[in-house]
Amino acid sequence: MTGLNPTNEQRSSGTAASALAIELVGINKHFGPVHANRDIHLAVRRGTVHGIVGENGAGKSTLMSILYGFYTADSGEIRVNGVPQKITDSRHALALGIGMVHQHFMLVDNFTVLENVVLGAEDSALLRPTLNRARDHLKQLARDYGLEVDPDAIIENLSVGQQQRVEILKALYRGAETLILDEPTGVLTPAEADHLFRILGKLREEGKTIILITHKLREIMAITDEVSVMRQGAMVKTLQTKDTSPGELAELMVGRRVLLRVEKGPANPGKVLLDVKNLIVTDDFKVPRVKNISFQVRAGEIVGIAGVAGNGQSELLESIAGMRDQLGGTISVNDKVLSLEGDDGAARARAAGLAHVPEDRLRMGLVTNFMAWENAILGYQGSYGEGLGLDIGKARSTAEDYLKKFDVRPANLDLKSSNFSGGNQQKIVLAREMERDPDVLIVGQPTRGVDIGAIEFIHNQIIKMRDAGKAILLVSVELDEIRSLSDRILVLFDGHLVGEADPATADETELGLLMTGSHSDQVITEPGTLPAHETPMQQTLVEMSPKDNSGRDTN
Amino acid sequence: MESYLVDITLILDSTVRLAVPLILACMAGLYSERAGIVDIGLEGKLLAGAFAAAAMSAVTGSAWLGLLAGIAAAMMFSGIHGLASITLKGNQTISGVALNFLAAGLTTFLGQSWFKRGGYTPQLSGDQRFNPITLPFANELREVPILGQIYYELISGHNIITYFAFIVVPVTAWVLFRTRFGLRLRAVGENPKAIDTAGISVTRLRFQALVITAVLVGIGGAYLSIAQSAGFNNNMSAGRGYIALAALIFAKWRPGPALLVCLMFGFLDAVQFRIQGQSFPIIGEVPVQAIQALPYVLTVILLAGFIGRAVAPKAAGIPYTKER
Repeated sequence: MTGLNPTNEQRSSGTAASALAIELVGINKHFGPVHANRDIHLAVRRGTVHGIVGENGAGKSTLMSILYGFYTADSGEIRVNGVPQKITDSRHALALGIGMVHQHFMLVDNFTVLENVVLGAEDSALLRPTLNRARDHLKQLARDYGLEVDPDAIIENLSVGQQQRVEILKALYRGAETLILDEPTGVLTPAEADHLFRILGKLREEGKTIILITHKLREIMAITDEVSVMRQGAMVKTLQTKDTSPGELAELMVGRRVLLRVEKGPANPGKVLLDVKNLIVTDDFKVPRVKNISFQVRAGEIVGIAGVAGNGQSELLESIAGMRDQLGGTISVNDKVLSLEGDDGAARARAAGLAHVPEDRLRMGLVTNFMAWENAILGYQGSYGEGLGLDIGKARSTAEDYLKKFDVRPANLDLKSSNFSGGNQQKIVLAREMERDPDVLIVGQPTRGVDIGAIEFIHNQIIKMRDAGKAILLVSVELDEIRSLSDRILVLFDGHLVGEADPATADETELGLLMTGSHSDQVITEPGTLPAHETPMQQTLVEMSPKDNSGRDTN
Repeated sequence: MESYLVDITLILDSTVRLAVPLILACMAGLYSERAGIVDIGLEGKLLAGAFAAAAMSAVTGSAWLGLLAGIAAAMMFSGIHGLASITLKGNQTISGVALNFLAAGLTTFLGQSWFKRGGYTPQLSGDQRFNPITLPFANELREVPILGQIYYELISGHNIITYFAFIVVPVTAWVLFRTRFGLRLRAVGENPKAIDTAGISVTRLRFQALVITAVLVGIGGAYLSIAQSAGFNNNMSAGRGYIALAALIFAKWRPGPALLVCLMFGFLDAVQFRIQGQSFPIIGEVPVQAIQALPYVLTVILLAGFIGRAVAPKAAGIPYTKER
């Protein structure tokens, strides 16, 4: 039952029985009091790309996990090729030809590609025959679908795009006829995403069925044949992609009209509030990540830093926020150079008029075990009460004010922060940082894991700050977000600023090329195909020329 | 000249003897840690195995039954460990430490109430122990200089568990890197989710690893009480489980290097025995306690200073919970 590749006869007999590869009938699933899937009906036609969209928590992933056997439905029926099936575990799903590419890859980092592909689908107790056979099979799959990956490469040395290809190979090696992809492009560069879509196109040509879960409507429009919209655990509607529009889909997802484009007037830049000069920052392993960067952010403008994750954004943000020491260069806020002494840099940066919305709210923005009101004053607790005392009354009333202004739901001061949804957690952090009326606001990934409705709200708040004359530095891996919010775009690649663009005129391809360190007049080198030995450690700061280099970090 | 050679041969010979329980415990730990279960309870399992083996052997008169009892006791302890840390998702280290306390108390208590010798089991002799095996031609080759002596002193004349321990190492390496089971074992210690999504039970795989651990450490315990010594005495594992764990870390969870590290620890121990009571130039006679502490001190130094970055199996220490 493992490593099976259904023959053509089997495939065509299935087609004769039903044009539907997958059919879900009346699926219900509860998690405690949460009704995650309510009476879901879904029909996926064979040989199509079927998109599933919905906000976070709409039940997309739950539904797919049921199809993949990770969970069992409380009620309802799954039909594969028209035959009702009880899918009890992933192995069973795989045997029925259903493969899944998870959002967070299920790969063993220190194994080779080959070992990962055969894991769980070995032919025999000894590895060698399996590995030899898999090697041949992989070659063939690479030829058929453009899925080239070195079978002997170690996973942790591969780029994210390549790791994803390994996940797809895993599914195909197991004979998957239906492939579920969960938010596949979230971690990819535009070029990698294009490559993925080419692969998906080939798979569809070969008669495979693809279910694509995403919240990026642009991707839905570009690649799918049909699209199903989920909201609050229910299936709202299934549409032919060619008959719908992003606006309609967004409205179906949220349940009300949503403005997809951010409405903002022209920027009105004033004096320089944030001035970064020749900044050099290393990561925890003393590897330089920010390599001699200079830029300025003026009052009343939003400067966006575009780049693929892992090119120095985190270190840049953390060092400006005072959380990470710089190796060289200066950071000035309001013409005042931030001092480097001591380990209370973050407090001093705040005192200088800088507010920071960290990239990773769960790790740096919040203490998830704290209640909402505690997180709402965290970092500014010094201004609530004298000496060792804490003026809880004042803190709570401030927090209450924040929750109301930022429409945090539920507006419950005593709810543990981990029990808020991602969007509401982010609103708490934003409220805390914005309501202190800073001169400079630096924001990392403001809408990562945040619902469309909340995204709209957060974007508007950021614009409001700008119009109030604040200097805003925005770092995001979502190119769309950078383009729609920023007044100027700086592109960060491998620790260098490699270009500046005007969001109004910037061409996406050009930006993508800059983000991967490739010239427009140069053939795109596949990201991550660098030899494994070429680590940043070996590259000296001075010699670094970003243009000679197409490598990037894999994390 | 001759006497130096004899000295060295004798030290190496006792190196082998002293290394055996370390090797077995270390290989035992390797299976469980590679599967993602930190096994600080090796010490307790070793001690329990030693006691059960000696007790059974004393009662039945059969070393082989003693060996089985040793394995059974280690299996019971591993079962508790698995129940606590795999099934109930408890903390692996804490449940392991609890096992160590349990073993220390239980062996003394049972020993006293069964045999009434202050926790000691009766002296074992003859078939109650695993006796040295003389390999073919050992006596004939004894007179051949150097090679013959080495064969007679070093290679021949050990008990069967010793030979077994040295076979376990290459077998472990083979299992780990050449078999399906080994691939899955390594995977579950690195990323159990990858195993789960491949449709393999993480729980079952980890219990399988614990069973192998129990067999090996049980044999190691039996070696202590019914092969190396002639009976059980209180706390006779004397931290060997911990040293085996240290060796495992030092060897970065690889069987071959683990063997070498265990032999090195065995060697230090052997030297320690050898230089007890001897007088050194300048220093004079060193107190026995200081010399006895030598292997342990070196363990600390090696672990602290020379090991470099030991990358443990990534999922080690984390109970696996399926989540969304």
